[in-house]
Amino acid sequence: MNSVSMSNLTRGIFKENPTFVMLLGMCPTLGVSTSALNGLGMGLATAFVLIMSNIGISAVKRLIPDIVRIPSFIVIIASFVTVIEMLMQAYMPSLYQALGIYIPLIVVNCIILGRAEAFASKNSIWQSFLDAVGMGVGFTFALTTLGAIREILGNGSIFGWSFVGEEAHPMLLFIMPPGAFLALAGIIIVVNKIRGVK
Amino acid sequence: MSYLMIFITAIFVNNIILSQFLGICPFLGVSKRISTALGMGFAVMFVMTLATTVTYLIYYTFLQPYDLKFMTTVTFILVIASLVQMVELVIKKTSPALYQSLGIFLPLITTNCAVLGIALLTIQKNYTLIAGICYTLASAIGFTLAIVIFAGIRERLDRTDIPQALKGTPIVLISAALLSMAFMGFAGISY
Repeated sequence: MNSVSMSNLTRGIFKENPTFVMLLGMCPTLGVSTSALNGLGMGLATAFVLIMSNIGISAVKRLIPDIVRIPSFIVIIASFVTVIEMLMQAYMPSLYQALGIYIPLIVVNCIILGRAEAFASKNSIWQSFLDAVGMGVGFTFALTTLGAIREILGNGSIFGWSFVGEEAHPMLLFIMPPGAFLALAGIIIVVNKIRGVK
Repeated sequence: MSYLMIFITAIFVNNIILSQFLGICPFLGVSKRISTALGMGFAVMFVMTLATTVTYLIYYTFLQPYDLKFMTTVTFILVIASLVQMVELVIKKTSPALYQSLGIFLPLITTNCAVLGIALLTIQKNYTLIAGICYTLASAIGFTLAIVIFAGIRERLDRTDIPQALKGTPIVLISAALLSMAFMGFAGISY
């Protein structure tokens, strides 16, 4: 794999991580990260839509007139969201229940439209695929991390496996709405420190 | 459920931003000044009420009778996107003054998940048309309330001495957490 492909693949994972660095797609990030499993599920669902739509948009980019670009992208993205919605409803009903309204809302996740507009509409199918995989992995990683931290602090468990005793009192606040903001703030402080942002 | 209960629940108890996490992008992005926050709030209120009414009618006249429910997401996002464009054109033509104040927010609203989210939730909750409009209007008021309060906090934050490590996004998120905690107090008045 040459260096351009490599940088397209890894860009989304660390340097331009969509959640921790670019702060995109905040609604699902904060909304469903109440447990590590929910975060992982949401991340993978979004990654699927991102990869499929990046491939699709990159493949038809020459056929779409510039002026109707955005609506066409939205229709392509919405179709793949419907696909994943129906798949999850059929094969993972409990996760589908837990994620609820946030699955159809993948359509308006700014990461997906952002990558379509900024990358897939200008690059080859293979490069767009790599870019989507990188961004998808970065987003999934971010959501799972946030979900794991909130689950450990708020529920004393990880991936549903409880490691504190019956009589322990975890910090319930962290699986409630304010905990989402607090946990994300904490992670961003650490990430900024590592990146050396002033 | 009475209309008053729908109103109070949607504005305070289940605040669209602080407890349902819809519309976080404008909440963090367009909340630096109270005036812009108000403008955004009114633009959202207008578009959201219109969008829910139209999508509601489309859902119950076409999608449900012809068993096309799986097309809901695709239809709704297209309707909302074109509606926003249309509103922009109409306002530009009829009221330049209003366009001056709301215009810049309108393109942002298409990808605002609050609009699509509330349109879908209205269908999910099986509301009648009137109850649905009440719910949407109340959610939009909740949105405006949260974003304006938050803009007020951020205007103050600008003038305070913030620790180096918290500057930028972290302090904004921590303030949002505190505001969200304050709104959790309203949970006591439901039901």
